[in-house]
Amino acid sequence: MSGFLDALLLQAGYNAALVMIGSGLLGFAAGTSGTFMFLRKRALVSDAVAHATLPGIGIAFIVMVLLGGDGRNLVGLLIGSAATAWIGLLLIEWIARRTRLAEDAAIGAVLGVFFGIGIVLLTVIQTMSAGRQAGLESFLLGSTAGMLYSDAVVIAIGGSIAVLATWFMRRPMTLVSFDPEYAAALGYNVRRIDLTMMGLVMMVTVIGLKLVGLILIVAMLIIPAVTARFWTERSNRILWIAGCIGGVAAYVGAAISASAPAVPTGPIIVLVTAVMFVLSLIFAPVRGVSAAIIRHRRFQARVHRRQGLLSLARQEPIREPYTLRLLAREGLIRPDGVPTEAGRAQAAKVARDERRWAVAREVHQDAGLTGRYDGLTPIEDVFTRDEIKDFDRRLGTPFPVEGLA
Amino acid sequence: MGAEFVQFSLTPILIGVLAAIACALPGNFLILRRQALIGDAISHVVLPGIVVAFLLTGTVAAIPMLIGAAAAAIVAVILIEAVKRLGKIEPGAAMGVVFTTLFAGGVLLLEQSDTSNVHLDVEHALMGNLESLIWFRASGWGSLLDPVALASLPPELGRMAVVCLLIVALTLVFWRWLKIATFDEGFARALGIPASALGFGLVITAAIAAVAAFDAVGSIIVIAMFICPPAAARLMTNRLGAQVWWSVGFAILSAVLGYTLAGYGPLWFGSQNAVSAAGMIAAVSGVILGLASLYGPHRSRVGVGRDDAGA
Repeated sequence: MSGFLDALLLQAGYNAALVMIGSGLLGFAAGTSGTFMFLRKRALVSDAVAHATLPGIGIAFIVMVLLGGDGRNLVGLLIGSAATAWIGLLLIEWIARRTRLAEDAAIGAVLGVFFGIGIVLLTVIQTMSAGRQAGLESFLLGSTAGMLYSDAVVIAIGGSIAVLATWFMRRPMTLVSFDPEYAAALGYNVRRIDLTMMGLVMMVTVIGLKLVGLILIVAMLIIPAVTARFWTERSNRILWIAGCIGGVAAYVGAAISASAPAVPTGPIIVLVTAVMFVLSLIFAPVRGVSAAIIRHRRFQARVHRRQGLLSLARQEPIREPYTLRLLAREGLIRPDGVPTEAGRAQAAKVARDERRWAVAREVHQDAGLTGRYDGLTPIEDVFTRDEIKDFDRRLGTPFPVEGLA
Repeated sequence: MGAEFVQFSLTPILIGVLAAIACALPGNFLILRRQALIGDAISHVVLPGIVVAFLLTGTVAAIPMLIGAAAAAIVAVILIEAVKRLGKIEPGAAMGVVFTTLFAGGVLLLEQSDTSNVHLDVEHALMGNLESLIWFRASGWGSLLDPVALASLPPELGRMAVVCLLIVALTLVFWRWLKIATFDEGFARALGIPASALGFGLVITAAIAAVAAFDAVGSIIVIAMFICPPAAARLMTNRLGAQVWWSVGFAILSAVLGYTLAGYGPLWFGSQNAVSAAGMIAAVSGVILGLASLYGPHRSRVGVGRDDAGA
């Protein structure tokens, strides 16, 4: 545990600190750029982009070796992967626009085919330079073990550029995410903005390859955005919340990985993010599951209370145990089911409001106001005091409700 | 086409063809229902499934692995549905959340447990080992009639054949229901067809296909075969029956051509070593889809260009 705290405070050694800072930046960049893909309902495009980097890695390696260089140069590999990821993106866009196939089919096709080509190239590389096992497989799942200072710098610079670009482009990208037609009417080039969005995702993917690998980078792009959505209804906030969730999860994940043996960085970052997602799913204030349950229980209680009071007013027996419990707890009935003084008063009010509503429906035959009658909204919330007085006049003078007086 | 072919290439090609067909058949309906990516999700969660199965049983026998993978696929489908409904999240994002998390869990378990001495690794799960499924005892075409040699056929062939037959049978039995529910779910319900159960059954069938195929040929081929042949077929015809036949044809073509190119292609370039057959099959299916996108007679959306109302 102290090892984890040490790591968290960047005391676990130079390399670990490097990895953690790089991860945090990458997580923040992934969270923000993934948000727009999520809002555009294209979350899985990032999956295709990630898989489409593999052939680029293979090609870059082959080219660099053929040119007599070191095939493992990270910058070269990243440029290669960016190139094929970009081709994959354009293909998805082209298939979805030019053919009748839906976008999900285009995503799946590009994903499977590019990954297949990548695997073919990896086997070619294995045979091509048998002595120089390239270790390109590490790009599948990532590995921070051999991370160099230069790698961390690449991640830090790339992540910062991605965050900055997101910041500058946030207005048009938000607009396109919510209403592409309106954006087009305002004169924005929707296609170019879409491509910019995907380009940002591609950049984050490429940068993250070394750290978490191409399969798990998808999680860093999707999960923070989905998690942030639980906490806000505002697009400018979701962006930064997603960024913070992604950044914190990546930082903490990297710290756990640095302090525990045999815990690979990529998966643990994803799992930390997933824990945050599950917590949000359950505990988020409005959209969370527990909030929904509480809302439902309150609604249920209101319905039961009202039906119980109406029954009291009509002197009908109440048999529903939940209603009885509810009314007894509020002191409206005695344990034997006989209404108390307060209960009679409340029942009379509910019955009177019910009659008022009946009059209101006769007076206002349009559905605008009376349409809000759901049995639960107090009449005082819908009509003014004068209007209610008017309803009362039409009802006639109050008379004792039989048996309750 | 002699003894060597029977020994080294016949069974991998057969297994590849069967796997491709088994995936392409449910893929047709998944594509039409806009659920194409469920195959992607399933093929990712296979890994945690086999890891858990290994940790529970301690063996790498095929049956526990397959059961584990199938269970993981079902768990994933249920989780996706739960996230979608509980969190009111769109399906794509829900899938992304679930399968990446499960995959990460699988990788972590794999690294944590001592599995280094057994043949259970991520690359194998992804790439498969189609090339290694050779028929060792075969000595020529005559071996097809030799019971001793037949007994030594790779067990993957039998499993894949059974699964493929099962899926063909299911497709035939539920053909009418699938057809109606895929195109008009409301009408299907009005007819009394249990549309939601049918949808779930379709996903489970896809999961079975994915699990069986993954065992023999790896996950990449699964993703590509779920989507590419049916998508290409979709661009060739407007009739569901014809589309399914086209997709089966494309699947077979991809498998045979892909295996041949992977096994013999490098030899033509003077290289000694074959490349990944699974990857090459996926690549060939992509080329077929590309050609269909460029030249398929029904590649445009309805209302754009030629319509076959009179045909």
